[in-house]
Formats: sequence, structure tokens, C-alpha cells
Amino acid sequence: MATTTTAMKSAGPVSGSRSFLARLRNGDEIVRLITLIFAATVVLITAALVWELWANSALPRQKFGFNFFVTSVWDPIMDQFGALPFIYGTMVTSAVALVIAVPLGIGAAIFLAELAPPRVSDILQFFIDLLAAVPSVIYGLLGVFIVVPLMRTVIYPALNKPFGYLPIFKGPSYGVGFMTAGIVLAIMVIPYIISVSREVLLSVPRDQREAALALGSTRWESTWKVVVPFAKTGIMGSIFLALARALGETMAVTMVIGNTPKIAASLFAPGYSIAAVIANEFTEATGDLYLQSLIALGLVLFLLTFVLNGLARLLIVVTTQKGSEVGG
Amino acid sequence: MNGRLRWRKFVSNFMLAMTGVCAVVSVLVLFFILGYLLFNGGTSINWDFFTKLPKPVGETGGGMSNAIVGSGKILLLASLIGVPIGFLGGIYLAEFSGKGMASVVRYAADLLNGVPSIVIGIFAYSLVVLPFKHFSAYAGAFALGMMMIPITLRSTEEFLKSVPRMLREGAMALGASKWKTIATVIVPAAYRGIMTAILLALARVAGETAPLLFTAFGNRFESHGWSQPTATLPVMIYTYAVSPYDDWHRQAWAAGLVLLGLVLIINIMARTILSRGIAVPRS
Repeated sequence: MATTTTAMKSAGPVSGSRSFLARLRNGDEIVRLITLIFAATVVLITAALVWELWANSALPRQKFGFNFFVTSVWDPIMDQFGALPFIYGTMVTSAVALVIAVPLGIGAAIFLAELAPPRVSDILQFFIDLLAAVPSVIYGLLGVFIVVPLMRTVIYPALNKPFGYLPIFKGPSYGVGFMTAGIVLAIMVIPYIISVSREVLLSVPRDQREAALALGSTRWESTWKVVVPFAKTGIMGSIFLALARALGETMAVTMVIGNTPKIAASLFAPGYSIAAVIANEFTEATGDLYLQSLIALGLVLFLLTFVLNGLARLLIVVTTQKGSEVGG
Repeated sequence: MNGRLRWRKFVSNFMLAMTGVCAVVSVLVLFFILGYLLFNGGTSINWDFFTKLPKPVGETGGGMSNAIVGSGKILLLASLIGVPIGFLGGIYLAEFSGKGMASVVRYAADLLNGVPSIVIGIFAYSLVVLPFKHFSAYAGAFALGMMMIPITLRSTEEFLKSVPRMLREGAMALGASKWKTIATVIVPAAYRGIMTAILLALARVAGETAPLLFTAFGNRFESHGWSQPTATLPVMIYTYAVSPYDDWHRQAWAAGLVLLGLVLIINIMARTILSRGIAVPRS
């Protein structure tokens, strides 16, 4: 332990410290310094990332200010850049994704944590982990060739006929659009919700369940009214995590959202998302203002995911700790 | 009362069955994806795919040999960037650091891990592409390397910390200095876990497309050297899938099958190594 305390001070050698020289001779100090340099590199890289995003988006900040977020004209020829259609598209697709993925994911997590025998649960979890590892461009590929036609022939008629009077289900469908992107995103984030929620549910102490069962509740009642509320904050954390994923997801969305910078109430309409516009227009951005507007969008995306990830981590830690405190 | 109890039991059974359905549906998605790719990719894959260069637009046939080589090159270089930084940084976190510095490094790594991949692409673009005024394999590898750092770092730290205290003390008691203890006892004891983590990190970045779009860019020819635009499998899948040509769609499926197979095989390998238990000798 003494090593660490003196080591802390000795980034520059402490003059006359014999123990420091001794450690230097047997190499500890050198190794510490080398590893410290690499660890510091990580901090440096992260700082550089934030700095690059900030510094390279100065032009639109000066020219448009806050209007950048509330105007919806995206016209590279006239040098007018407003981010609203992209922010809208990102939010709508993520919302659709969560509406589908949250019930499915939590349901599956409950099954894995509460019902399935440990062996079965582990095997299923293994498959879920593999599902999380499928590259996003593969989801995009399947989205283009399966979900888009399915949307045109099955989902759109099924929703448009009975609910067509609702603004969100109005209008024609081209196959691509907010809804299609949302469905693909939902499939992509389900594994995250399942894995984290399962962990959180498993950390709920056993006596909570037993107490509920002893009071005469059915299995479902003990799960739904005792276990799930106990794990509520952690499950919220898993949802935030999934949301952060969905917001930042690029390829799958780019391939199925339709790439039209318009704000439309209908979920069947084509749209655009922040990540998709960066992916599509970055290489062909002519002029500094255009390029920097795209980087500014990247900064927005970064800040959004930064806040969500932070919140998610906090909620998950709080819940698992609560579990070990009550259980311990 | 009896009816109410029966109703409650019915609700219980029904809801529990529904959770089972949710789980089965989620897992079935994986098998559906696998099956569909096997079917579509399997019928369109052929030897040319691995050995030939892409044909000019409009001609059928050709392959993606340049993209396979390009992906390999970029992944190799990305590992050379990401693994040492993550591994040595992880050693610092687990073995040398005081509280203050460690939490800063950990926080930075977590932040980096959460950054959307497209934003990493912007970072690599402004740091590597702009100064050299050239899309290059370097830039793509830099972007992917950045993504490998946080995973390698945090798991190295975790696995080193899980090495039993007794091993450490035993080595120290025999008179080994701290770095010798780390190099000859602790790291070998944790090496399986660390290898697993590195493999998983590699599998994750192998399928990344977004950060390569404007760093490695793409190339329809063999790219000689590292400072040229380089084709990669994921980017090829993207360009081919959104193109209007049927033959390109066919090749996109083939490439998708190859990529998915690669990623899943690495994953299964890594996870089975891990599930056999990390080689931590117990007293």
C-alpha cells in the first residue's frame, strides 16, 4: 500500500527518496510510468474528441445560434441549415423502437430471470448476446429486403385501413419511413433491454419473492407487484441504455428511413435522422458551413447519448446496490 | 371467492406464458436472421467472391477480394492501436492507480464507449483525414481502434482485479518486485478473460460501418499501401444493398453471410473460452 501513496507523488522524482531510487532500479517505477502514460492517453483521446466536435462546429453556432435547432430548412445551396427535421426523425424512430422493444424486452427478461431454469436461462441469454453482436449493417440489409416490402404489403394495410383517420397512420406508404426504421431499431435494442433487465431482476433478493408468495400472491403477482417494482430503477436504466443505442444507430436507419428531410406526422412518411444525414452527406459536404453543420449535428448526438448513458449507469448501479444491501 | 382465485390463477398463468412468448420471439429473431442469410447468401456465394475484384457497374460477376483484404488490414491496425492502450491502461487502473486518477480514466473510458460510432467517424475524419487530405486505411483503423480501447481497458481491469489476492501476496512474499508479479503471475492468471474481451471487441468493430464511411471510404480496386482509400466488407454491403442492381444485391447477401459468420464465430469462440472458466488457480 505504501507503494501507491508514494507513487502518487512521484510523477516527478522526489529528490533524495531512497525508496524511489530502489523502486526505479527494480523497474516498478518505470512500469508504473509506462502504464500511466497509456491510461492518460485514454483521457486525452476522450478530451480530444469533445474538443474536436466543439471546435469544428463553431461556424453554425455563430451563424445560426439556437435557431439551428428550431428551423427546418436544410438547404446546402442557399447555406441554410436547420436541424429540426433530423432531431424530429431521430426522436420519432427511437420512440417507435421503444414502444415495441420495451414490452417485449421486459417480458423476455422476466421469463429469463424468474421462470426459466438457470440452465435454460443461460442458454437463451447466450443467444441474446449473439443477437446483440449482429452488425448493424446486417440489420440494415434485412431491413431493406424484408421489412420494407413487409411494410408495404402487410403492416401498412393492416394499420391504415382501420386506423387511417389517426394522423400518425394517415397517408401513403412507400415502404421506407419512420415506422420501418423504428421496427428495425426495436429489433436491434431488444437484446440490450433483455440483458440488463435480467441482471437487475436477478439481483432482487430472494426473500422479497418468498414473502410475497407466503402472503398468498400468485407467481405473477409476486413478480409484477413485488419483484419488478423493486427492480424498477434498474429496468429504467436498461431502457435509457437502449434509447442511447437507438439514437446513435446509423446504418440500419440510413438504409430504411427514406432520407427525406421533412417533418411529417404520419409514421409511414419517409424522414431522416441525425446519424443518417451525417452518414449520407458528410463526404459530399462542400463548404465549411455545410461540413460544420454536420459536425454540429454530431455534437448534438454526442451530448444526447452522453446524458442518457450517464443516467442509465446511475440507475443500474443504484438498483443492484439496493438489491445487495437488502439481501445482505 | 373461488371464482376470483381462479381468475387470479388464470391471469398468472397467462402472463407468465406471455413472458415466455416474448423470450422465444426474441431468440427466434436470431435464428431467422441466420437462416435468411444462410439461404440468400449461401445461394449467391461462390469462389469468385473471395478471389475477384469488383466488376465495373453494369457487368455481372466479380467479387470482393479487395474488401476482404481491406477489412483484414484495417482490423489488424485497429487492434495494434486499441489493444496496447486498453491493455496497459487497464493494468494501470487495476494495479498502480490511486483513487483520483483511476476514476478519471474510468469515466473517460465509459464516455468513449457510449459515443455513437458515427461520431467516432467524425473524430477520425477531423484528426486523421483532414490533416493528410486523404481517405486512408490509417484513418479507418484509427476510428476502429478508438472503439476497441474502452472495452479492452475496462475488461483488463476487471479480470486483473478478480485474480485472487493470495497469488499476489505469494509472489511478493517470494521477493518478486511489483512489475514482476504483474508480468509473471497476475497477467498470466487473468489472460483468458482478457483474450476473450479483446476478441469480443474485435468482433464488435469488425461489423462497424458508420465510422468507416468517411475515413477508409471505399475503393473498387486493390488498394496498395495504407494511405489510400480502402474497401471494407461492411461498407461494401451498405453500398451494394442500397444500389439498384440485382447482381450487387446478390453479392451484398454473400458479403453479409461472410461478415455475420465471421462475427458470430469470433463471438462463440470467445464466449466458450470464457465459459470454460477463467484460468485462475484456486488454492
